[in-house]
Amino acid sequence: MITISGLDTVWVLLASMLVFFMQPGFALVEAGFTRSKNSANILMKNFVDFMVGTVLFWMLGFALMHGSGNGFIGSWNLFDFSFYPDTNIPKECFLIFQTMFCATAATIVSGAMAERTKFSTYIVISIIISVLIYPIEGHWAWGGGWLSQMGFHDFAGSAVVHTCGGSIALAGAMVLGPRIGKYAKNGRSLAIPGHNLALGALGVFILWMGWFGFNPGSQLAAEGTVNATAISHVFCTTNMAAATAGITTLFFTWILYGKPSLSLVCNGILAGLVGITAGCDLVSMPGAAIIGVFCGLAMTGSVTLFDHVFRIDDPVGAISVHGVCGILGTLGVGLFATDGGLFYGGGFHFLGVQTLGVLAIIAWAFCLGWITMKVLDKTMGIRVDPRIEEEGLDIYEHGETAYNS
Amino acid sequence: MKKIEAIVRKTHFEEVKQALFAADINWFSYSEVKAIGQDRQDRIYRGVMYSTDIISRIEITIICREQFVQPAIDAILAAAHTGEVGDGRIFVSPVDDTWSIRTGEHGDTVLANKK
Repeated sequence: MITISGLDTVWVLLASMLVFFMQPGFALVEAGFTRSKNSANILMKNFVDFMVGTVLFWMLGFALMHGSGNGFIGSWNLFDFSFYPDTNIPKECFLIFQTMFCATAATIVSGAMAERTKFSTYIVISIIISVLIYPIEGHWAWGGGWLSQMGFHDFAGSAVVHTCGGSIALAGAMVLGPRIGKYAKNGRSLAIPGHNLALGALGVFILWMGWFGFNPGSQLAAEGTVNATAISHVFCTTNMAAATAGITTLFFTWILYGKPSLSLVCNGILAGLVGITAGCDLVSMPGAAIIGVFCGLAMTGSVTLFDHVFRIDDPVGAISVHGVCGILGTLGVGLFATDGGLFYGGGFHFLGVQTLGVLAIIAWAFCLGWITMKVLDKTMGIRVDPRIEEEGLDIYEHGETAYNS
Repeated sequence: MKKIEAIVRKTHFEEVKQALFAADINWFSYSEVKAIGQDRQDRIYRGVMYSTDIISRIEITIICREQFVQPAIDAILAAAHTGEVGDGRIFVSPVDDTWSIRTGEHGDTVLANKK
């Protein structure tokens, strides 16, 4: 019989608040990295993600994710999460923590689809992510589904939250097509600088702080030596990967472009945070540092690849930061886990499970994301008219602008 | 009466302002202007290199009586000078008349310092 621990509960609720604070972080990053004529729209979308996520995850998503059900899907408990047992924390504490994660997965998508998506259609996309795409793959890895039975390890959601969000973002950006003016007639990529890098950078700092709830909070406990040591370790690995990824991006862009690029260092820090999320509990400090370095390199390369080669327009880099680095982090656990990782003599089995898991999540999220976007494109229409896009979504979609002199 | 329009570097605006005060120019208007020129500035945003030819300068507009024209020009020439390309230009043109909205007077005495 496990009794509810006050300390554990307070810690998880505090961590929930920190994860909640990632929402304004995302909102600021996305607003700062896009043009001022679309700021009100971006902010509104971030509110929608959280509000819709809160209602729908409570209504059904939580049961689909954490209900016993079968290996593929949880249980169908509409407006009812009483099936979930109280553990060391009350079920409501677990619900609110999980709600924050659901909203985070949904909000990743808005950045990649920024500046050209019809607002009404975006609400439907947000609903489908919150109630269908995220809870089911979440059940596989975290709700006792088939991946968790195989030993798949994703501590705080590199794959479950970030790769999932990044894959849907990719589907969305592909179906939408690039913004007007993003590519020249000959296909050359053109820069559309964000209107306020100060907002963007503040958003990155806020996200960095929020991650101290996202990762250490996922321990779901704080009491006793084991938990206290674990959350402290996770704090350090999380911070380390962010720092090394940021430094790597700084010098990598310096070499590539002749100047250290602030806009990419912002992404680089987030890339490291996404990458360490899966294995923050299992890797050592040097392991975390190396994962950060690889995430910094991969994110920078990936931004260029998607932008110049695939010509997929992702205004804030969500596909590279969350999608690509989520994959890297999930595989990184198979390599760097001090217990069972390939580099620590654990053999290929764990790495194999991690690979299978992340591929399954990509396939699920991308395919469902793609179908959702395509169906919405044919029915409601997914993209605004060119005139609205050129003059700004703020005025035509919302009737109010973010900046008024 | 003459109108003096001077385009100067943003970094030298403060010095030009002090020099104009010293030349008894007590009132003038200015605005930030963007110009297009040959000078290219390479920029990078999220891995995309692009260059801008936008040059940022401050344009000062002075309306003054004849006896203040040459001192004002001398003040700007001295204060805004660096010797590098891009120091700016001064344009001088005649002004037909000046009216005071408050008093309804017109003529160049309107521009006299009333202190």
